[in-house]
Amino acid sequence: MQAAMAALDDAGMTMEDIEAVVYSMAPSEFLGVNEPDRWCVDAVGGRGRPFMRIHTGGATGISAAHAGFYHVASGLFDSVLVVGADKVRECRDSQQVLNTIWDPLFERQFGLTTITMAAFQAVRHMQIYGTREERMALVAVRSRGNALNNPVAHLKGRITVDDVMASPYLCWPIKKYDTCPSSAGGAAVVIVSEEKARKRCTRPAWIKACSEVANTVFLGDQMGGMAQMDFADSDILAMAAEEAYRQAGIRNPRREIQTAELYAPFTICELSMVEALGFCRKGESGRLNEEGFFSMDGGIAVNPSGGTLCANAIAITALARVCDGALQVMGKAPSGMQVRNVRHAVCTGEGGSFQFHAVMILGDDD
Amino acid sequence: MKEMMTLKGGWNVKYNYAVGPTGTRFFKALKGEAKIIAPKCPKCGLVMLPPRSFCERCFVPIDEWVEVGMEGTIQAFTVVPVKFESLPDPPYAIAYVLLDGAGTAMVNFVKNVDLSDLRKAAKKLAIGKRVRVVFEKKRKGTIHDFHYELLKP
Repeated sequence: MQAAMAALDDAGMTMEDIEAVVYSMAPSEFLGVNEPDRWCVDAVGGRGRPFMRIHTGGATGISAAHAGFYHVASGLFDSVLVVGADKVRECRDSQQVLNTIWDPLFERQFGLTTITMAAFQAVRHMQIYGTREERMALVAVRSRGNALNNPVAHLKGRITVDDVMASPYLCWPIKKYDTCPSSAGGAAVVIVSEEKARKRCTRPAWIKACSEVANTVFLGDQMGGMAQMDFADSDILAMAAEEAYRQAGIRNPRREIQTAELYAPFTICELSMVEALGFCRKGESGRLNEEGFFSMDGGIAVNPSGGTLCANAIAITALARVCDGALQVMGKAPSGMQVRNVRHAVCTGEGGSFQFHAVMILGDDD
Repeated sequence: MKEMMTLKGGWNVKYNYAVGPTGTRFFKALKGEAKIIAPKCPKCGLVMLPPRSFCERCFVPIDEWVEVGMEGTIQAFTVVPVKFESLPDPPYAIAYVLLDGAGTAMVNFVKNVDLSDLRKAAKKLAIGKRVRVVFEKKRKGTIHDFHYELLKP
């Protein structure tokens, strides 16, 4: 409810103005209460209104924002609230839950978790591109530093590459500080028709593109042999980004995008994703990050909020990316987190076993 | 309020997972013949492990099976040194291995690696290293009927 109220206040609206509610909710096992859409309906204003839950794992928040956009773009609704909350922190064994996303006959028995999944991506990225652990660590250093400017980040602070390298291995080569926390949080956005936005808002964030692409569940299909893509690369995200850039009329992402809020729950994910988004060539991200290209004052400010590495309340993590991207375009990001002259902000979500990739591009009036 | 209350709770749900015709055929070959067999797409020729009843790429059903080799190449790996609830006791090494003749890689434990030093273990398990399939003597018709071992530990 707090998130819903905050979004409505920011839009200068009340629940009376909302015609439909999209509820952003990923797996319910972290909450330990089944089908939370049932008991959260009142807290998000769903009662007496069209109400639907959206779930694409980690990509849920972007998918929910897409669904909100589709409501309005269809012409059936003028104002939609996209909202959700999660309390992953209350789950004592989140990796036990995540292990159950793997096939019970062939894969689950081997202790697969989202952390081992990141390890598989990392060892391939290291093998193919020579990426070093220290370069992954720098992603965490920048993220936690950025998060100092984000009042709602879970982890924040000045840390060094040595701190990351000294943090315990969870599974080689992934260390504790390469990994996102289990967080609690809520997020909401209000999506309205163009006419309403022009009336109510001096500088709205316009939705310029929505795209999603899904991939096979089997990780082993994406490495060697007859693989059509490599697990080191986020090629599915590249497909989604290509479509999003087409919709938004972006020809050169490196020049036309000023900031990105990415769903990267592990440091290696961010290195792989910025390559897939066309911010640099494959294998270049570690070096560019070291040179500061993805810093607040670099070419493209990646995760000014600190991103998923600094707060992961799974159901709304990708929706928080949309919130933070929108704030950047509207010029309303907290002091220190605001990137200058944002014309385009790219927001992404990633769900399943690096499997469901979703991209939303927010832009200014032109 | 400074300190709020919490209530301990949990889910404990049991299942009887259907293995299905494709899985049953695979596990029977593992148990009865100590063989790894895999479905082969009639259209693109992809040999799939774990086995599937259809080719996801061509969207056609499969009824041809082939036997794959007893050696293969590591495509990805990790070593887990910490305990997670209900997951295997650490340390353990797992690897995705492309068995000779297969088109996709399948995960299993790699059991003959010294895991006392994580970095040294990771070097031994490098991508491209060759492994062999080792069958258990008493097989039960599950994925634990075999594991991988490095050819040169």
